[in-house]
Amino acid sequence: MTMKTLAFDFSPYRLSGTVYGTLLNSSESLAALGDAVHQPPYKAAPKAPVLYVKPRNTLAGDGDAVEVPDTAAALQAGASLGLVIGRTACRVAESEALSCLAGYVVVADFSIPHESFYRPAVRFKALDGSCSIGPAVVPAASIADPDALPLRVLIDGVLAQSASTGGMRRAAARLLADVTEFMTLHPGDLLMLGVPHGAPLAKAGQTVTVEIDGVGRLENVLTKEKA
Amino acid sequence: MRRAKVAYAGGIHEATPHGDSLRLSDGRVIAEDAVVWLPPFEVGTIIALGLNYADHAKELSFGAQEEPLVFLKGPGSVIGHRGQTRRPADATFMHYECELAVVIGKPARKVARRDAMAHVAGYTVANDYAIRDYLENWYRPNLRVKNRDGGTVLGPWFVDAADVGDTVHLPLRTLVNGKLAQEGNTRDFVFDIPYLIEYLSSFMTLSPGDVILTGTPEGVVDVQPGDEVICEIDGIGRLVNTIVSDAVFGR
Repeated sequence: MTMKTLAFDFSPYRLSGTVYGTLLNSSESLAALGDAVHQPPYKAAPKAPVLYVKPRNTLAGDGDAVEVPDTAAALQAGASLGLVIGRTACRVAESEALSCLAGYVVVADFSIPHESFYRPAVRFKALDGSCSIGPAVVPAASIADPDALPLRVLIDGVLAQSASTGGMRRAAARLLADVTEFMTLHPGDLLMLGVPHGAPLAKAGQTVTVEIDGVGRLENVLTKEKA
Repeated sequence: MRRAKVAYAGGIHEATPHGDSLRLSDGRVIAEDAVVWLPPFEVGTIIALGLNYADHAKELSFGAQEEPLVFLKGPGSVIGHRGQTRRPADATFMHYECELAVVIGKPARKVARRDAMAHVAGYTVANDYAIRDYLENWYRPNLRVKNRDGGTVLGPWFVDAADVGDTVHLPLRTLVNGKLAQEGNTRDFVFDIPYLIEYLSSFMTLSPGDVILTGTPEGVVDVQPGDEVICEIDGIGRLVNTIVSDAVFGR
C-alpha cells in the first residue's frame, strides 16, 4: 500500500491518514433525488455537510489493485478532488479557508452502489483498499481555482464521465468553513470536495483512471476478491 | 494489568495504579489529579455501534435489526479521562453514551466468530457524546452529531483482555453529578463482541489499535455545562468528563 507513505516535499510533508468524504455535495446529485428528499426517511434536504469516514484499511495509492468483493457485481468509482490540510483548521472563515490547505490530490473513492442514503451499511464504503489517493499532492498555490477543474473518469481507457469540480452545493472554501465549525481538521488530513453526479461503475478486471486537470492522473486496476 | 497514558512534567508516560495514586514507568508516584490523562492506547479506526442494547433500541423506537448499525468516527474527536466536552449554546438535547470499548490487538481479516476473541487486546471505557438537535436523515448518524471535537472520551485505563476473560458480562452505568442516570450490562448486547469482529472483519481488515465502541443501554438524559458525567464499567474503569459552555472555548 503506497498511500500511507504518500509524502510530498512541502509542509506537512505527508498525509495523516485521516480521510473524510463529502456526500451529495453535487447540486445535480441532490436534484436527481427529486421530491424524495422531502419524503421519509429523509424528510428534508441535508443542512450540514453530509460526511463519511474512509478508515485506514481503505487507503490505497496509485497503481494499487482494488479488490471487488464477491458480494458486489461492480463498484462505483467516485472521483473527487482531495483537499489536503496544511495547518490546523478550526472554525475557519470561508474567506480564509483555502489558506489552510497545503495542496490538492486526486481521490478515487470506490463504494458498493447503494440506493438509500438514510443509514447505509458501513461496509458499502469501508472496503479494504477502496480509497485510492495519488499520485502526488500538488501545492495549493499551483491551483488558481479548485472549484473549476475539469475532471474525467476513464474505464479501460474509454471516457466514462466528464465533469468538473464545480457545481457543488458547497465550494471548497464554504465546505471547509462548515466542517471545521464542529470538527477540527489537522495537518495532513484529507477532505474530499465531493463526487460529481453520475459516477460510473467498474468491474473486476477493469482499469479505472481519474484525471483532474492540474492535479494528476490516478490509476487503479479492479481485481477479484482474494480467497 | 491496567495502564494509562498521561502527560506529566513535560513528558508523556505510561502509568499504572499505585494505591490511590499513579506510578509512572520511570518510578515517580504522582497524584492522579496532577497529570493530564490521555487516551490510553494509540487510537486507530473508531468503529461505533448504534442501538446495540435491546432496551436502548426500544427507547429510540427502533425495531429488530438484521445487521449491526455501524458508523465510523475520526481521531480528532478523541479526548481522555478528566477532559472537557463543549455543549453548544443552541443545543437542547446533548447526551452521553457509556460504552465498553474493545481494542483490537492483532490484525483481523475474515475472522470466524469462534476465533474472534483472540484478536482482542483489551478494553477501556468510552463516552460517545451525541447532540440530537443536529441529527439529520442522511448517512445517519451524521458527523455533526457524532464526530465533534471532544465528543469521544476514552479511558482512564487500558485493561488487558486476559483480566476480563472471554465472557464479557459487565455491569455499566453513568452518573450525572453523582446521580445514577443510566444502567445496563454488556450481557444484553444485541450483537456480541465475537459477532462484531466476525462481521466487521468480513469486509474490512481490523488492525491493532482499532477500537469498537459497543453501544449504550437505555437512560440517556440531557447534560448541561458544569455537569460532571461519570461513565463506569465494573472491572474496566471510571471515566470522568465535564461539560463546558461555548464561553470556555471563546465562542
